[in-house]
Amino acid sequence: METAEQQGTTVQQAKDLGLLESEFEKIKEILGRTPNFTELSIFSIMWSEHCSYKNSIKWLKTLPKKGDHLLVEAGEENAGLVDIGNGLACAFKIESHNHPSAIEPYQGAATGVGGINRDIFTMGARPIAQLNSLRFGPIQNEHTKWLLRGVVKGIGDYGNAFGIPVLGGEVFFDESYSTNPLVNAMSVGIVDVNKTISATSSGVGNPVYIVGSSTGKDGINGASFASKDITDESADDLPSVQVGDPFQEKLLLEATLELAETDAVVGMQDMGAAGITCSTSEMSADGGFGMKIHLDKVPTRQEGMLPFEILLSESQERMLVVVHKGKEQIVEDIFEKWDLNAVEIGEVTDGGQLEYFMNGEMVATVPAHDLVLGGGAPVYDREYREPAYFAENLKFDIDSVPEPDDYPATAMKLIGLPNIASKRWVYEQYDTMVGTRNITTNGPSDAGIAMIKGSGKGIAMTVDCNARYVHNDPKTGTSIAVAEAARNIVCAGGEPSAITNCLNFGNPYNPEAYWQFVMAIKGMSEACEKFNTPVTGGNVSFYNQTVKEGSEAVPVFPTPTIGMIGLVNDLSQSMTLNFKTKGDLIFLIGESVEDISASEYLHTIKGVKRSPAPHFDIDREFQVQAATLEMVKSGHVNAAHDIADGGLFTCLVEMGIYAGLGFDITADASVRLDSFLFGEGQSRIVVTLDPAKEDDFIEAMAKTKVPFTLLGHVTRGKMMIDDSHFGFIDDASEIYSNSLERIIDSSVSS
Amino acid sequence: MKFGVIVFPGSNCDHDLIYVLSEILGNDVVELWHKDKDLKGVDFVMVPGGFSYGDYLRSGAIARFSPVMESVIDHCNQGGYAMGICNGFQILCEAGLLPGTLLHNTQHKFICKNLYLKPATRSTIVTSSLDSDRVLKIPVAHGEGRYYAPDDILRQLNENQQVIFRYCDQEGHFNSKANPNGSLENIAGVTNAGKNVFGMMPHPERAADKLLGNEDGKLIFKSILNSFVGA
Repeated sequence: METAEQQGTTVQQAKDLGLLESEFEKIKEILGRTPNFTELSIFSIMWSEHCSYKNSIKWLKTLPKKGDHLLVEAGEENAGLVDIGNGLACAFKIESHNHPSAIEPYQGAATGVGGINRDIFTMGARPIAQLNSLRFGPIQNEHTKWLLRGVVKGIGDYGNAFGIPVLGGEVFFDESYSTNPLVNAMSVGIVDVNKTISATSSGVGNPVYIVGSSTGKDGINGASFASKDITDESADDLPSVQVGDPFQEKLLLEATLELAETDAVVGMQDMGAAGITCSTSEMSADGGFGMKIHLDKVPTRQEGMLPFEILLSESQERMLVVVHKGKEQIVEDIFEKWDLNAVEIGEVTDGGQLEYFMNGEMVATVPAHDLVLGGGAPVYDREYREPAYFAENLKFDIDSVPEPDDYPATAMKLIGLPNIASKRWVYEQYDTMVGTRNITTNGPSDAGIAMIKGSGKGIAMTVDCNARYVHNDPKTGTSIAVAEAARNIVCAGGEPSAITNCLNFGNPYNPEAYWQFVMAIKGMSEACEKFNTPVTGGNVSFYNQTVKEGSEAVPVFPTPTIGMIGLVNDLSQSMTLNFKTKGDLIFLIGESVEDISASEYLHTIKGVKRSPAPHFDIDREFQVQAATLEMVKSGHVNAAHDIADGGLFTCLVEMGIYAGLGFDITADASVRLDSFLFGEGQSRIVVTLDPAKEDDFIEAMAKTKVPFTLLGHVTRGKMMIDDSHFGFIDDASEIYSNSLERIIDSSVSS
Repeated sequence: MKFGVIVFPGSNCDHDLIYVLSEILGNDVVELWHKDKDLKGVDFVMVPGGFSYGDYLRSGAIARFSPVMESVIDHCNQGGYAMGICNGFQILCEAGLLPGTLLHNTQHKFICKNLYLKPATRSTIVTSSLDSDRVLKIPVAHGEGRYYAPDDILRQLNENQQVIFRYCDQEGHFNSKANPNGSLENIAGVTNAGKNVFGMMPHPERAADKLLGNEDGKLIFKSILNSFVGA
C-alpha cells in the first residue's frame, strides 16, 4: 500500500514547504514526474536560500577569489585554505546562526559554534582559534539582556568544553537588531597540506558511513527556517532549533583528525543545514557519482522516524564519510576508540542518482546534480533599487551640529557607551587561552594572534564590520569593513592574507534591501582587490528583519561581517597596542579630517541618525597601512592602534588603560575639536615610540610620503588635550572597563 | 623524571601540559589513556584541565570511576605523586584524594582571565622553591572553582599547611576583591595530608612559555623538578 509520503504532491504542498510555483514546475521537469513528499522535502531544503544561495550567487561570483596564497578557492571545499608555509595551511570560515539565536539564544549560538568548527575539522584541520561577531538591540532592553546572556553563555559553554580559545570578536548594539540578533561565528584551523580531507565522493562500491551522534527530530527544516522572516510566530518553530553537545564534538574532532592520518578516507563532509540530504547530494554532485542510502540503518534517537525526518534532521555532531572499500576496519576502530557511532548506511554508485531506501523499499530517487548550487538549483536575478534614505544621508552638513559645551564630560560619556566600552563582561566568559597559543593575552593587540608552535610564526585574525557605516553607505561602508580588518592585522604586525565573509541582510525580495546587498558586494570587491585579500568563502544570511503584525518589515542594518586572517612571519615583530613608558612620543599616521559622519558621537550623543559613511579614501588607506607595517616591522614603534569606533580619544584611552598611563596631546587646529577627538574618519593609526628613536622614525616616515603628525607624549596618568585637563586615565579606565557590566547587571529581575 | 598526563576524551589542556613538561622543561612525558589502567611507570601523574567526560552531571563526577583513575588512586595511596589542574583538581576531589570540593562560582558565570596568587606554604614540593612574597600571575578558566570544605576540614588544612595557594591582588594582599569565584579563604590550591597529591584551579601551564609573555607558571613546575633533583 502506498503511504502518504509516497503519493504525488501538489503545488500547495510545495508552497507550504517554501518553494515557488515555478520551482515546483522545474522539479517535475527534472524528475519527469510529480515528486512524492519525501522528494519534495529534499528539493525544498536544497533549494532553500540557506543551501542554494539562489538569490545571492550571481553577485557572490563577482568577488575576487584568486590569491597567491590560496590552496583552495571559495566553494571548492567546506572552507578556504591559505598556505602559511612550513607545509601547513590555514583553514578558516565564518557562518551565521542568526535565526536560531533569535528564539533560543543559548542553543542557537552554541550550535553555531559547533557547526563552524565542524566545517574546519572536516577538512582534517585542527581548530586553533575562534572569533565571533554579535549584534543585538539596545542593551538597556530586558529582552536584549536575555538574548545577550543566552548567546554568550551558549558560545562559552560550547567553545570552552570543546577546548578552542576565542581570540577576537565584536559586539554592537542597535535598535535594528532588537528582535533579530546576529550571531556570526568564525573558526580558524591549521592542517598539514598533505593531510587535508576532501568533501568529495568517488569510487563505485565504496561504503558510505554516518559517524558521530544519533539522528533525532531536532532541527528538522532548520535551513528552511533560516530562509524565512522572523515573525511573532517564530517561537512556534522551536523544534527547528538544534541542540548541541560539545563533548560529542570533541570526540568527533579527535576521531576525525586520527582518521586524517590514515589512507582510509575518500571524502568527508559534516552535516549542518539539511543534514543527510545536503551531505549526500553535495559530496556526490562534486564527484559526479551517486549513492544508495539505507535510512533504516541510520542510528536514531527515537523510534518511528519517517524517511523525510531522517533525511532532513539537523541533529548536530554528525559526519558523512566515504571510505575506501577494504579499509572499513580502520575507520570503525578509530570511532570505537572514541566511543562514537560509525555505521555503514550505503554505497557509492555511478550515474549521479541519489536513491534513498527504507527497509529495502526505495522512498526517494533524485539526481544529485540538480539539487545543488552550481548544478540544477535555481539562480535568480533580483531587482534592486536605491532607497530614498541614501540621498538624504549625503545631504548631511557638519555645520548643522554644534560642538559640545563640555568636551571632557562628552569624552567620558562616549567611552562608557555600550558600543565603545570594553566588552570584558562578554569575553571573560570565553576561554581565551586554552591551547597556549594566544600571545595577545599578555600582549594586547588590534588583532588576535595565534602562534604556530615551533615555527616562530603566527596567524593574526580579526572580525570587523561597522554596520552603521554600511547602512549609511553600503558600498563605502563595506570597503571600510575590509580596510579596518586589514588595518587591525597590520597594527598587529601581520600581512593580510584573505577574508571570509558573513553577509547578513534583509529580505532579498525587497528591492531596497537587495540594493544594500549589491552595493556591499561591490564595495567588498573593490577593497579585497586593493588589499589583495581574496574571499575564500563564508555564508549569506538573508531575511534578517522583523515583521510585526500590521507594520512594515524592518530590516537589520546590512551587516557584511569580514573575518580576515594574516600571517605574522616573525613573532618577534608582532606589535601590541598599549602605551609602554611615560615620555614615549605619540604620533598619528594618516591625517585628521573634518568629519564626524556615522560616528558613535554623532549617532548616540548628538542623536543625528542621517549621515554618510565616515571619510574614506582607499588609496590613502592602503598607503597608511603599508607605512605602518614598515614602522612596526622595523622596530621604530613600540605600540600601534588604529582609530576606529569612538575616534581618537577612545583610541588613546584604550592604549593607556593597561599600564595606567595617560597622554598629553595637541589638537589639529585645522579641524573642529570634535572631529579631531571623536570623528571616525578612516585611515588613521596611532603609534608610540621611544624619544631616542624619533629621528629614525621621522626619516623612515618621510620616505613613505604618508602624512604623519606628532600628537604629544605619554604621561604618568593625566589626560591633557591642548593644555586642558580631561581627567585621569584610571577614572577613564573605570568607565571604559565597567560600563557595560553595570548596564547588564542593572535591574536584574531575579 | 617521568610525567604521565591523563587523557580523558574531553580533556583539552592535556597537550598544553605535555608541551610545557616536555618541550619547554625537557622531561619524559607519556599520555595515559583513560581506558587503560597502566600508569607506565611514571613518577608523577598530572590530571589536566578540560571537561573529562563532558561534565554534564558535575565536574569530575564520572571521571573518577574511569579505569585509569583506579590506578591513580592506588598510586596516590602508596605515596605516589599526582597533581590536578582545574578539571583535574575537581576530579581528584571527587575521587577523595584531596579534601573539599569545588562549587559553581558565586557569580554563576564561567570566568577566564589572568589572576594573582601567592604560595600559602613552602612545605610541599609544588611550592618549596617559590618565594613566599612573590605574587604569581596565573590565569584561571573555570565555571566551578569555588573551593569549599567544612569547618573542621578547613581548620585541619590550615593547621597542617595543606593550603598551597591563595588568590591575592596584584600587590599581594588577600581580600575578597581578589577572589574570583567565592572560594573559602581565597583558596586556589590544596594538598592532601600526605602532601603527595595536589590540586589547583589556576593554570600554570598557560603561563610557562616566554612567547606567551608570562613565565610565572614555570616557577611552579620548576619547584616540583627541583624537589626531585634534591630527593
